Amino acid sequence: MKKKLVRAWARHERLVNLIALAVAVLYPLVFTSPYVMNIVIMGLIFSVLSISLNLITGYLGQVTLGHAAFYSIGAYVAAILATKFQWSFLATFVCAAAFSSLFGILLGLPTLRLSGNYLAIVTMAFGEITRLIELNWMSLTRGPMGIPAIPAPSLFGVELSTPRSKYYLILIVLILSIIVVHNIVNSRTGRTFLAIKGDSIAAEAMGINLFRYKLLCFSLSAMIAGVAGAFYAHYMSFIDPTSLSAGVSTRILSMTIMGGLGSIPGSIFGALTLTAVPELLRALSEAMLHWSDSLAPMARVLVESRQIVYGFILVVMVLVKSDGLLGGINLKYERQNMRMEEEAEKEAAEK
Amino acid sequence: MKTLLKAEHITQRFGGLVAVSDVSMEVGEHQIVGIIGPNGAGKTTFFNIITGLYTPTEGRVLFNDRDITGLKPYKVTDLGLARTFQNIRLFGDMTALENTMVGMHTRTGTTVLDAIFRTKKHHEEEKQCEEKAKEYLHQTGLYEYRYWLAKSLPYGLQRRLEIARAMASRPQILLLDEPAAGMNEQETADLMGFIEELQGMGYTITLIEHDMKLVMNVCEDIYVLDHGELIAHGAPSSIQSNPRVIEAYLGKEA
Ligand SMILES: Nc1ncnc2c1ncn2[C@@H]1O[C@H](COP(=O)(O)OP(=O)(O)OP(=O)(O)O)[C@@H](O)[C@H]1O
Ligand SMILES: [Mg+2]
Repeated sequence: MKKKLVRAWARHERLVNLIALAVAVLYPLVFTSPYVMNIVIMGLIFSVLSISLNLITGYLGQVTLGHAAFYSIGAYVAAILATKFQWSFLATFVCAAAFSSLFGILLGLPTLRLSGNYLAIVTMAFGEITRLIELNWMSLTRGPMGIPAIPAPSLFGVELSTPRSKYYLILIVLILSIIVVHNIVNSRTGRTFLAIKGDSIAAEAMGINLFRYKLLCFSLSAMIAGVAGAFYAHYMSFIDPTSLSAGVSTRILSMTIMGGLGSIPGSIFGALTLTAVPELLRALSEAMLHWSDSLAPMARVLVESRQIVYGFILVVMVLVKSDGLLGGINLKYERQNMRMEEEAEKEAAEK
Repeated sequence: MKTLLKAEHITQRFGGLVAVSDVSMEVGEHQIVGIIGPNGAGKTTFFNIITGLYTPTEGRVLFNDRDITGLKPYKVTDLGLARTFQNIRLFGDMTALENTMVGMHTRTGTTVLDAIFRTKKHHEEEKQCEEKAKEYLHQTGLYEYRYWLAKSLPYGLQRRLEIARAMASRPQILLLDEPAAGMNEQETADLMGFIEELQGMGYTITLIEHDMKLVMNVCEDIYVLDHGELIAHGAPSSIQSNPRVIEAYLGKEA
């Protein structure tokens, strides 16, 4: 059953993508609830983040717990440039991307000596240090007060102030991220990442400069996360250290892992569901309160559980299916297998 | 005959343990050279030094008269040495074809920007690379397995895939660490024929092997290590009758 589904998907990948695109494009024209729209936009931002983390964790095979650092660096760079220096939106975007990727290289450095748990700890510390700097460098970031009044994104002089136009902007950012990551992983560079993940000693023995490719992977991933951060800043028009760091790294990691390591559709799926689940829990608890007061304790449990849902999913996934829901699925391999089977059948028929 | 690879007075210490002690060796172009010795003799360590995985405590490695001692493994591969591993090290979740394409890394040059923007260079090189990789898979008898994940291949074929991947880096010299380990008699016989074919194709080969029949049949020149020391060197016939070699092997069994 599962095999059949996967094969149908592999056979009609183009069509599936087109349908997904059509749904994404038509959605804001049909549904207009601003509450839902906000959740969807956050879901798309996290899709971008989750895809970018997948480069490091799914393809290069390194676990990092500090991915939110790049997101927040992108957001702060964009916010500061836009509010203090009145830079245009496109310029802040590019600058946020460049800055984050620089920090990606910085975080990539310890991966040359460390891996596994030790690397995870270093990346966690990196995320924490970034947060502390944002919290304490008052003159630049205004610390806990955050940066308000960040202008809405504008393109070629047109301000994108409605939620719908912002939705389309983040959709474009997501589509570009998908294309970029897809093109990277299906190339000489992508094979290099996978080889390092498979066996770094063999990879180096086959001529791969580990130093260069690990740094490249971290900087590309950080760059994409930085772009997501820049969008977030212009979208929310207000940022502070808490909204960008507290638990965000774990959230992104649980999306990437739940969706599937090494799967772009998986990352999107993970991001959308895990953005929606807490909101659904909240809606459910509110409905319960509405219904009857006697349900109040249960409703409170539901509201509280929103906080632990990410950690919970992370633990369950690692125990039950460590490569995620769509992790084992490679549509290209699936098509190759189908072709091989067809050839074998044809040969058998000729005989 | 031109000397391709030369190791001079190599010593490798791990703490108090001397894994390789003052070993020198020469490999001429188009030769098949064997390294034998009991378990723990230091054979793999010697390979690791030649391929840059370890920097020797003492001694030099020369390749085409160039000092490559202490160069990183990826540079050594770039210069034209490629190896296989005793305990198979394939990229298990990649297909046989992709494993071989990774082997061509040093002979290809598209950058990540070419990949992102899908430039003409990317398309052309990707196509060439795939064609070339398929050729190596043909040569190693793996073509029909090209879309198999490396980890799902049977053991003997995994060893072959390691050789295909090494060949893909277009090395001047192939270093094979126990290529027949775990193979049955038929597979070993096939491998023997294949190694001779490789020599016919112009490869120079150095191999570590416990299978004496294979070593004595294909190698022109044999080095014998025991406890890190070079105890004998010469043609197969002279090695077979060398009392020190017999002692090293029998002494171990006794
Ligand atoms: N990185 C290392 N650190 C410490 N000791 C090592 C290291 N690598 C090898 N050794 C030791 O060096 C000695 C030689 O090992 P090596 O693997 O080279 O032997 P070998 O001749 O390849 O044996 P085998 O036939 O079993 O493969 C062994 O005693 C081994 O334990
Ligand atoms: Mg060995």
